[in-house]
Amino acid sequence: MSGKNNLKGWLYLLPAILFLGVFMVYPLVDVIIYSVEEGYNSASQSYKGIGLYNFSYVLHDPYFLQAIKNTFLLVIITVPLSTGIALLISVLLSSIKPLRNLFQTVYFLPYVTNTLAVGLVFMILFKKTPYSDGMINLVIKWFGGGVVDFIEGPYWAKMFVMCFYTIWVVMPFKILILTSALASVNQTYYNAAKVDGTSRGRIFRKITLPMISPMLFYLIITGFIGAFKAYSDEVAIFGTDLNAAGMNTIVGYVYDMLYGNSGGYPSYASAAALILFAIVFTITVINLKISKNNVQY
Amino acid sequence: MKVVLQNLYKRFPNQTKGGAEVVAVNNFNFEIPDGKLIGLLGPSGCGKSTTLNLISGLEKVSEGKIFFGEDDVTDLPPERRGVGLVFQNYALYPHLTARNNIIFPLQNLKGKDKMTKEAMNAKAEEVARLVQIEPFLDRKPSEMSGGQQQRVAIARALVKVPKVLLLDEPLSNLDARLRLQTREEIRRIQRDTGVTTIFVTHDQEEAMSISDLIVVMKDGIIQQIDKPQNVYDFPVNLFVAKFLGTPPINVFEGEVKGDRLFIGEQDVLEMKNVKDRKVYVGVRPEGFILDENGPLVCDLSAVEVMGRDTSVVSTHPAFTGVTIRSIIDTAENKVDPEAAQVRFSLKPYKVHIFDHETEERIPVEG
Amino acid sequence: MAENYDTQRLIKADRARERTRKIIVYTFLVIWALFVLFPFYWMILTSIKSYSSYNSEYIPRFIATQPTLQNYVDAFTTVSLGRYFLNTAFFTVVTTAVMLVVITLAAFAFARLEFKGKNLVFALFLSLMMIPNELVIITNFVTITDWGMRNTFWGLILPSITSIFYIYLLKENFESIPEELYKAAKVDGTSDFKYLLKVMVPICRPTLITVIILKVIECWNSYVWPRLITDDAAYYLVSNGIQEIRENGFGRENIPAMMAAVVVISVPLIVLFLIFHKKIMAGVSRGGTKG
Repeated sequence: MSGKNNLKGWLYLLPAILFLGVFMVYPLVDVIIYSVEEGYNSASQSYKGIGLYNFSYVLHDPYFLQAIKNTFLLVIITVPLSTGIALLISVLLSSIKPLRNLFQTVYFLPYVTNTLAVGLVFMILFKKTPYSDGMINLVIKWFGGGVVDFIEGPYWAKMFVMCFYTIWVVMPFKILILTSALASVNQTYYNAAKVDGTSRGRIFRKITLPMISPMLFYLIITGFIGAFKAYSDEVAIFGTDLNAAGMNTIVGYVYDMLYGNSGGYPSYASAAALILFAIVFTITVINLKISKNNVQY
Repeated sequence: MKVVLQNLYKRFPNQTKGGAEVVAVNNFNFEIPDGKLIGLLGPSGCGKSTTLNLISGLEKVSEGKIFFGEDDVTDLPPERRGVGLVFQNYALYPHLTARNNIIFPLQNLKGKDKMTKEAMNAKAEEVARLVQIEPFLDRKPSEMSGGQQQRVAIARALVKVPKVLLLDEPLSNLDARLRLQTREEIRRIQRDTGVTTIFVTHDQEEAMSISDLIVVMKDGIIQQIDKPQNVYDFPVNLFVAKFLGTPPINVFEGEVKGDRLFIGEQDVLEMKNVKDRKVYVGVRPEGFILDENGPLVCDLSAVEVMGRDTSVVSTHPAFTGVTIRSIIDTAENKVDPEAAQVRFSLKPYKVHIFDHETEERIPVEG
Repeated sequence: MAENYDTQRLIKADRARERTRKIIVYTFLVIWALFVLFPFYWMILTSIKSYSSYNSEYIPRFIATQPTLQNYVDAFTTVSLGRYFLNTAFFTVVTTAVMLVVITLAAFAFARLEFKGKNLVFALFLSLMMIPNELVIITNFVTITDWGMRNTFWGLILPSITSIFYIYLLKENFESIPEELYKAAKVDGTSDFKYLLKVMVPICRPTLITVIILKVIECWNSYVWPRLITDDAAYYLVSNGIQEIRENGFGRENIPAMMAAVVVISVPLIVLFLIFHKKIMAGVSRGGTKG
């Protein structure tokens, strides 16, 4: 009886285990093997030796260093900004009643769009062509500024577009999570504070923030992880050749090493992927430590 | 500080489209004398919590006025009214210790009222002593029992010395024993501070035991305002009579005919100066006297001996409910549980008669 | 009466402040709504401008003077947008359907069946949840290539079939169903599989719908894996298709036609969203991650 039951349990699990084994566990081992195989040749599937050369190569590759710089800038700019703005919007949203659902629905819209496709819209909004300066430049001119080529122009301009689009894309999720966190705070706490004559600012700092702090930290942690893995948003705006645009990200670097014109180097790709993993892991651990000390109940 | 409600109305728009609006508070007029403890009593949905919210200012008045002393506070927001409010679930901030919860209202003070840290601490400790939670001041709400949390909530409401203290179902989240103890505690705190206190409850025993005055409500309308014992002894109508007392009053179909009161066919009492008519007859459980020759003949169902008292359960064709419960002193009476019938005579002052149409109590002389 | 006068003034000041606050709040919210909606407006606007009028506008216009649907015709005829569209629909439906079967079976095993090693396997599953996709995609690319599955639907679908997170979500939900129900069914002689199908799945429909919604959004927008695994345009999904259109598109840089393609790609999910927005938002706030 118990033997039959054992078999049955495993039978139900079999498909999941099979797929996970082939596409997750094995690759996990394999990626580490790849990363230490020096001089791997994908045609002959042979390698010269074992060592850390791949890591050293990647860490000295100017493209990778550029990708690291881009990714870190993107993370440092977009995570605090998007979380802050999302918090502001959610708080405002929670303070109104009429039209609230409408606003909420509108704000969520970008979540369900294909980021590659909508990225193209941002591209043409910002792009300066011989025929036209583009929509954004038009606005800048209204305010008396000079024309900038955001897509193929200076680095800061490209970085600006990248951050701008990233924020546009990540905002819906953050607003949604924060508004539902705010809604779950028991109304009687606010009533109690109101009866005691607590000011709005103080209610926010002393009651709202501590109450939603777990969700806030959750958003910051997932925000960091997500931003470190940025890639397709950049492709949407700058095209597939991100190295040429100087706008590559770490994940982009991994794929470029694997495939495409510069591809065919799974060893370098693996080393880069492991470095990314190490970075994300470290940052997440730090985040968790901080949140443990700050989430107040 | 006395509290006066004047022609007070609160109407809510109906949630479903096209429905009539709900009148949660319908033309309230009463005055709460300074320093008294008032119980708002009624079944759930009768508008008692709404009344409390109107007094605290959390809900806006639809019509009418509210006065604290001589001041019209009808349009004042809650923070300007100077009320202390204890919520049903206490609403203690979970991330703050008891001390910080109590201090919280003091930290809101601005300008000339602003207090130093030491002063706030001293004040908090003073209130904590009053409600007897000093040992727990540095615990968080999750580390305290329900009763302790309740006291912290009261302390927080009292710390600013409110003009009026409002308690919303203060005991409903406590277990039976703690409830008994806490209600005495509330009574004591109220006496010590002398602050006018209004509390809401659906538990008639709770209201009876500690209030100076009881306000009985039903469907947004005040039924009766009086001292607890008076409400019990002289209920204005059938609803009030049924709502107060455990076990509840026993209600029979009856009739007044020629100065006599009949339950069914049985002539039970003399009833002078009452016009002949159909009535409801309410008999309190303690209004029955075992009497071999008594006029009221009931079919005996069960006898439950509960120490001091014996509860006699019986039925009668004219009874409006399922079983009649009468409470008899165990020491003085022995009932044979095997008997088919039991006979009672009635204590006149424990018998109330109500008009069959209006359900108002008919006053009886004597 | 001085007191009373004072009260009136206080109330008036409070109300005025409240009104100003409301105005500021609504203004800000409207601005943000415009910020969110503007790209959508711009893409529709551009998609109905004719090629010549778009290119002659040195200063872009905010309305189309002579709207045309020609770009939509171009989007479907000049490039194989219809093909990309069908590919994506097929990919989405098959991936989601197969995944549902796999995760339901696994979640049921974890939630209700007793067998040796269950807890160990579950712990392993959970620890795998931390592994980012970027780490395993390299080997998967090599595996699929070795199996000769590049430019096939199987190559696209296979690696996307399991999700530990959804197994976890579903298992939690399954476990919340009282065990008495399972015992009652056992007493009645119901087989495990029938019980799963007739009792658990219907009860957990909301969770399953959440999972479906999230997976459909994920499939519709997936870009990286399809890009690695397909270089034959016959197997492109919409994301790759739009990238292809951007780079080699309509023979010349035809932005209005490109925008028409973008509109076509975006419409299905947006329509789905407008119909089910409550369910989708509830689902995402329960189990979504992005950004």
